[in-house]
Amino acid sequence: MNSISVRALLVRGMLAGLIAGGFAMAVAYFLGEGPVDAAIAFEESHSHEHGGEELVSRALQSTAGLATGVLVFGVAIGGIAALAYCVALGRIGGFGPRATAVLVAGGALVTVYVVPYLKYPPNPPAVGDPATIGKRTALYFLMVVLSVLLAVAVVILGQRLAPQLGNWNATLVAVAAFVVAAGLAFAFLPSFNEVPEGFPATVVWEFRLATLAIQVTVWTVFGLVFGELAERLLTPQKTPAAAVS
Amino acid sequence: MAHSAAPATAAPALTPISLKTIAPWAVFVGVLMLVLLYFVGAEQGATSLVSGESVHEWVHDGRHLLGFPCH
Repeated sequence: MNSISVRALLVRGMLAGLIAGGFAMAVAYFLGEGPVDAAIAFEESHSHEHGGEELVSRALQSTAGLATGVLVFGVAIGGIAALAYCVALGRIGGFGPRATAVLVAGGALVTVYVVPYLKYPPNPPAVGDPATIGKRTALYFLMVVLSVLLAVAVVILGQRLAPQLGNWNATLVAVAAFVVAAGLAFAFLPSFNEVPEGFPATVVWEFRLATLAIQVTVWTVFGLVFGELAERLLTPQKTPAAAVS
Repeated sequence: MAHSAAPATAAPALTPISLKTIAPWAVFVGVLMLVLLYFVGAEQGATSLVSGESVHEWVHDGRHLLGFPCH
């Protein structure tokens, strides 16, 4: 395999990411905008400084703005995931192109989103002190980077242990190592609770659940679409039969 | 998980793409994609390259719903 397949995989990754972004946009619009609007209504009834002229109307923010954000995000994560896929392909065991894609997508969902989410869950508008945005942003991205590095480390650990322990036990040890290390990071990094007095708990819950649904959608669609495209690219002799049947 | 140096046990063994081949793509496209993520996820929040609030306001809902710290 040469650089042509890196290029071809990258293009397919960004395309699959765009498609995943399209699905996620629908989930974001139908599940996410409700809590966002409820949070903004709370903000407007309680704030003392906001409520001036708005740069972008709510109607635009919740449609074209949302679409821009989610689709650009989809393309970007699709490209990065395709690069990770190029590295993982043929290196993580006897998995075919499609199974590797699903594993990379699942691994990305857990490490890039779920683990940082458990420590620094996303907040709707009106929740969060503007004075701590710098610290919260830095810690959030630190948690993402830490989680990804940890995941790479435990995959390598699992591969080292596999000859002695067998695949099953080596995988269990690797997963346990990840959980312990992530738990230590959770325990020692600072936490934030900036939910204002009187903010409805159900709005926070619905918002956070919606954000999780969005990411599960992104990575599931990406894994399945990219897996299919990669399978066709990397095993071309099977394509006609697979496409017809 | 087979050892990386050992041949895969499953029937169609996939040849790994050499890291040297991936590196230039990873550096160039990887950085480009991270810049895109920065503009969706963080610009005009903790740090600001473009003055004003227009980028932040435009991607506001996406930023919240994609889980980034917003404001």
